[in-house]
Amino acid sequence: MVVFLGFANLLLTISCNLIIYLFEQVMSMKFDTSGLESHHGMLFGARDELSSGLSAAPSFDIPNSNDFDCFQKEAIQMVKPAKGTTTLAFIFKEASQSVKKIIEINPYMLGTMAGGAADCQFWHRNLGIKCRLHELANKRRISVTGASKLLANILYNYRGMGLSVGTMIAGWDETGPGLYYVDSEGGRLKGTRFSVGSGSPYAYGVLDNGYRYDMSVEEAAELARRSIYHATFRDGASGGVASVYYVGPNGWKKLSGDDVAELHYSYYPVEPAVVEQEMVET
Amino acid sequence: MNSQQIYYIFDLCKSPNLSLSLSFITMAKQHARWSPYDNNGGTCVAIAGADYCVIAADTRMSTGYSILSRDYSKICKLADKCMMASSGFQADVRALQKVLAARHLIYQHQHNKQMSCPAMGQLLSNTLYYKRFFPYYAFNVLGGLDNEGKGCVFTYDAVGSYERVGYSSQGSGSTLIMPFLDNQLKSPSPLLLPAQDAVTPLSESEAVDLVKTCFASATERDIYTGDRLEIVILNADGVRREEMELRKD
Repeated sequence: MVVFLGFANLLLTISCNLIIYLFEQVMSMKFDTSGLESHHGMLFGARDELSSGLSAAPSFDIPNSNDFDCFQKEAIQMVKPAKGTTTLAFIFKEASQSVKKIIEINPYMLGTMAGGAADCQFWHRNLGIKCRLHELANKRRISVTGASKLLANILYNYRGMGLSVGTMIAGWDETGPGLYYVDSEGGRLKGTRFSVGSGSPYAYGVLDNGYRYDMSVEEAAELARRSIYHATFRDGASGGVASVYYVGPNGWKKLSGDDVAELHYSYYPVEPAVVEQEMVET
Repeated sequence: MNSQQIYYIFDLCKSPNLSLSLSFITMAKQHARWSPYDNNGGTCVAIAGADYCVIAADTRMSTGYSILSRDYSKICKLADKCMMASSGFQADVRALQKVLAARHLIYQHQHNKQMSCPAMGQLLSNTLYYKRFFPYYAFNVLGGLDNEGKGCVFTYDAVGSYERVGYSSQGSGSTLIMPFLDNQLKSPSPLLLPAQDAVTPLSESEAVDLVKTCFASATERDIYTGDRLEIVILNADGVRREEMELRKD
């Protein structure tokens, strides 16, 4: 009964918040930045125009334009976010594994980054703060399910405003390994293997072909590295360094970071060319 | 025209009354697009060494084919061991500098110390991202010394994605300078494992010479770069400035 009551109460608060929130959105186009507030009192009580933008809860500036979408389209062209990525993550017997463009949320959780670089970086940093606050409030680490839902809910709030995030949240919690795919369109999927980004179709090809649940850590690391390498080979927008992380019961560990240009020579060793015809001095 | 006047003009443009009356005028005609940005050009470079950091930028400010100023400094001191060089839209840059200066003042009052360069790096990232939907048209490099006295360079996009690197170039001449720096300095990626030191192996004077060389070259091909080069060198002794004349055509 108690449990039920608690649940009903929770439901009520959530729906109330939602209504208030929706109301706020319609009224003033204000955004939820609660996770970003410093909770520091102001030094002096002054609230003049200058300090309001600095010490009050920060909020996102919206252009004073009558056509937000059109402005946004132009603004995006001017400040093109860095794109071109391949990321993948999968769960196997021993733990979960993820590759390239990785953000360390906390010692037990990783986020991968595909899409707008700033969007991914900022919201993962924000998620890291929220996860730490959860830890302090509840004396236990947040579950991967919970963390991914925090991010998905934030991104859903901004749906249609041009954010570009495609991420996987991989981590280890009380229930074991967890892996979720979250994107800026509001999607959130639980799964055992994912690949995100412009090179993902190529990575999936290699990954699905080589995936088995009962792999060793070394096998899994090699599969991840090979999938990313082949994606960077076929996808013109992907390249650089392929990092491989492993998340186990004791947190994540970085296994390797290789320049894919050098990986190429380990997959395709240079063979001495056969000399078909030798020049002979006459 | 000095910088104060230019900033004042931008303030006018930003005033809601003016934009309102402008939109009223244009309403009768065709729909004139609301375009709040301009590109004032300019190039910035920063190089991190083992115990120094070199931050450099040219002092030309232009719009289109016109030169607005030949003596406009793009380098701003944010903290004792932290300098920001910015190109893009100088009105946005000034607004950004003012926000950072104010935030740093509050930080000093609350913590009784100067902000470290990595902390300023993240503050700049957050400040840029808070205007994600109405970005500052500013392309920044942040140079300075970290808490161990090592040189550090942070490079940004306009909406706040940032990365700590060994060297970086931003602005109109970056397409000419960046490949040159890659060729001369090619520092290993910080993602590599085993980790390799990202700072450049150059000595301080070699780095300053390299910066002078790449600006002299960029000025030949980029019309938005020129007039004068301003170099700031940060090391354990403090801040030192150097200058070099560039082509004025």
